[in-house]
Amino acid sequence: MTKGLRQIAFYGKGGIGKSTTSQNTLAALAELGQKILIVGCDPKADSTRLILHAKAQDTILSLAAEAGSVEDLEIEMVMKTGFKNIRCVESGGPEPGVGCAGRGVITSINFLEENGAYEGIDYVSYDVLGDVVCGGFAMPIRENKAQEIYIVMSGEMMAMYAANNIAKGILKYANSGGVRLGGLVCNERQTDKELELAESLAKKLNTTLIHFVPRDNVVQHAELRRMTVLEFAPNSKQAEEYRKLATKIHANAGKGTIPTPITMDELEDLLMEHGIMKAVDESIVGKTAAELAAEVAA
Amino acid sequence: MSQKSDNVLDHFNLFRGPEYTNMFENKKKNFEFPLPDEKVEEMRDYTKSWEYRTKNFAREALVVNPAKACQPLGAVFVAVGFEGTLPFVHGSQGCVAYYRSHFSRHFKEPTSCVSSSMTEDAAVFGGLNNMIDGLANAYSLYKPKMIAVSTTCMAEVIGDDLNGFIQNAKEKGSVPAGFDVPYAHTPAFVGSHITGYDNGLKGILEHFWKGKERIPNGKVNFIGGFDGYTVGNLREIKRLFGIMGVDATILADNSDVWDTPTDGQFRMYDGGTTLEDARGALNSRATISMQEFCTEKSLAYCAENGQEVVAFNHPVGVAATDRFLMEVARLSGRPVPADLEKERGRLVDAIADSTAHIHGKKFALYGDPDLTLGLTAFLLELGAEPVHILSTNGNNDWATKVQALLDGSPFGKGCHVYAGKDLWHMRSLLFTEPVDFLIGNTYGKYLERDTGTPLIRIGFPIFDRHHKHRYPVWGYQGAMNVLVTILDKIFDEMDKNSMVAAKNDYSYDIIR
Repeated sequence: MTKGLRQIAFYGKGGIGKSTTSQNTLAALAELGQKILIVGCDPKADSTRLILHAKAQDTILSLAAEAGSVEDLEIEMVMKTGFKNIRCVESGGPEPGVGCAGRGVITSINFLEENGAYEGIDYVSYDVLGDVVCGGFAMPIRENKAQEIYIVMSGEMMAMYAANNIAKGILKYANSGGVRLGGLVCNERQTDKELELAESLAKKLNTTLIHFVPRDNVVQHAELRRMTVLEFAPNSKQAEEYRKLATKIHANAGKGTIPTPITMDELEDLLMEHGIMKAVDESIVGKTAAELAAEVAA
Repeated sequence: MSQKSDNVLDHFNLFRGPEYTNMFENKKKNFEFPLPDEKVEEMRDYTKSWEYRTKNFAREALVVNPAKACQPLGAVFVAVGFEGTLPFVHGSQGCVAYYRSHFSRHFKEPTSCVSSSMTEDAAVFGGLNNMIDGLANAYSLYKPKMIAVSTTCMAEVIGDDLNGFIQNAKEKGSVPAGFDVPYAHTPAFVGSHITGYDNGLKGILEHFWKGKERIPNGKVNFIGGFDGYTVGNLREIKRLFGIMGVDATILADNSDVWDTPTDGQFRMYDGGTTLEDARGALNSRATISMQEFCTEKSLAYCAENGQEVVAFNHPVGVAATDRFLMEVARLSGRPVPADLEKERGRLVDAIADSTAHIHGKKFALYGDPDLTLGLTAFLLELGAEPVHILSTNGNNDWATKVQALLDGSPFGKGCHVYAGKDLWHMRSLLFTEPVDFLIGNTYGKYLERDTGTPLIRIGFPIFDRHHKHRYPVWGYQGAMNVLVTILDKIFDEMDKNSMVAAKNDYSYDIIR
C-alpha cells in the first residue's frame, strides 16, 4: 500500500446529506491538489454522481454479476474519473430484500485492494450507508482501512442517535485496529440550538465538531445538475464552507480520537439540558385521557 | 431377507439376492414413474452426441461435478504442516466435519481440526463469543503450540473480523497474549482449495514476519503447495536436499502428521515446520514454490520482503526435474551430485524401455492447475498426446501456460485446454473425441463407468485406492512412479482386451 495514504470514511444516518457533503468536501480536497479515490459503499450507488455527472455509476457488483464473477473484472471497468480527476468506484449491492449487501462491500473492497486501485493516490474516501448495520458495512473501518471516520449529523434526534451508534461501532474496532473518530460534521437542518447541541454531543463522544455546514439552496441547485457546489458555483459562499471543511480534514491527520459513546438516557438528558425536550412526568406515562380525568376528579 | 450369523453376506452379495432385486424392481415400477428402457437408452445416446456437447459447452448457469474443493480445506492443509498446530475454522460445524473426513479418506489418517460451531444466534449477532470460547476450549483441551484460524462461508457472509476477534479473545484471556494465532479469511465461495492454501500460508507468514527485521542468510524456503502426494513428495524433497546438502526450511511440512506410525501412541500433532523455523524463514535468501497457482499471494509476500522467488508447476519428469534441481543448485550454491545424475539416467533408461507402449497414446486429464501443467509436460516428454486438459479451478493464465507447452511439442498438436470447466464437460469430450486413458482423481471413476475410458488415478482426492500418497511424484524417482502407474494401466488394458480364450488370446502375452 502507498505510504502516506490517508484513508477516511464518511458515515451517517440515511438522508443526512452524507454523499453530498462528502463529494463537495472531496472536490475541495482535489482543488488542493490531492489525488482522490471515492469508494461508495451504499447499495443505492449515489456516492459519486456529483463527481461523475452521472445518474448512477455501474457498480462493481452489477458488473461482476454480468461478467459471471468478480474475478472476471478488470479495474478499468469499474473505475471512472470525474471532476478534478477524482477516481470513483461504487461497490453496489443486491436489490432491497434479497442477498447480503454487507458481503458485497467486503467483496468489492478486496477486489480493489488486489487490483491496485489504491496505488498513486493521496486519499481514499469510503462513503458508507446509514448506521453500522452488519460486519460487512464495518469493513471500511477494519485494520489497514480507514483511519479516520467523519460522522455527518444534524441537530435532529435521530441523526444524533445514529451518530452515537456509529461511535459504538468505531469503538469496537478502535482497540484491535487503528481506526479513530475524526470528528462530527453538522449539516444544518435549522433545528433549535443546533450548533450548541452538535458541540455538546461532540464533547460527550470525546471528539470535536469539525465543521458546521450552513444550509444553502445552492447545494440543491448544484445537485439537480449532478454537480458539486465546488464545480457549479466555485465562488459561492457555500463552496467556501466546503473548502474550510476540506482544509480542516486535511489538517486533522493523526488527530482522531477513540470515541466514548453514550447511552440513550444520556442522549435524552443532553436534549433536555439544551431545552429541546422537557423532562417527562413518569406518573402520566401510559395513562389514557379518561384515566387522567378520573384521577383529577378524585 | 435377514442375515444368518453362520453366513454373513457382504454388500456385494446381499443386495443381489431375490428379495432385494424384487424390491428394487417394485420400487422403480410403483414409485419412480419410469420411462420405457428404449427411451432411457435413446436419451443416453443423445448425451453422447456432438449436438449435446455443443449444448453442454454453452451451459452458463449450472456446474456439474466441479473438480475442486473449497478454500478452508486448503487452509487446514497448510495449518497441520506446522509444529503442534491445531487448525481452527471459525464458522459452522458441518464444514469442518467435511475437511476432516476428506483428508482422512485420502490419507487414511485422522486429521485434527476444530470448529467455533457457529449457530443461528451467532449468524445474527456475529461470532465473537464463539471465537472467545472456542479459542479457550481448544487451547486448554488440545494443548497446541499454535492455533491457525480460517473461516467458513457463514462467518464470511456476515463479515466477522478475525483480527479484531482474536485480539478480543486474547484480552479476555482465551489464550495467553503472546500465543501464536495466525489467521486467514477463506471464503469458500471464492476461488478453490488452492486459494485457501495460499491465503492460509500467507496468514501464517505474515503473523511471524510482520514488523520483524530481515537479516538475510543463505537458506532456501520450500513450499510444496496443496498436493495429494505431500507425504511422499516432501520426504523425497528432504532426501534430495539431504543428498545435495541444501540448507532449507520446508514450510507447511505435513508429511509426518498424515503418516504417523502405529506404535501404541496417538499423535494429535506430529512433525511439521517448527515455529522457530517459520519465524526464521523471513531471513532466507529465496523461496521456492512447487505450485505457482497455489502460492501467488504467498510468493508475492516473500518477494515484498526481499526474497528471490522461484515458482514451478508441479514438476514431473526429466526436463522438469532438471530445471528444479538446477534452480536449487543455483540458489543454494550446492552442486547436483553424481548420485542424482545416476537417478536421472535410470529414469531416462526406464522411459526408453517402455516408450513403444506410451508413444502416441491419447490421454485426457483433469485436476488442479499446477498438477495438470506438470503432467502435461511429462506426457509430452513421453511422446503421449494429452488431448483434453481440463481444470475447474484453472484460469486464463493457466490455459495460456498449458497452450504454450502444447505449442512447444509435436505431440501437442490437436490437443485442447479447458479452463473453468467441470467433469460433465469432460464426459462430453470423452464421448465425442475418445482417448485411450483418463487421468484424474477418484471421482473420475464415474466417467470411466459412463464412457468406458480407463482411469489412471493421479490427483486429489484418491479415496478408493490406498497409500498412493506415500509415493512421490517429484524428483526422478517420483517421475518413475508416475511412469509405472501409467504403464500398469496400459498393460492391464492390453490383457483385458486379449483374454478371451480362442478368440483374441493370440495377444495375451507373457512378455510385454
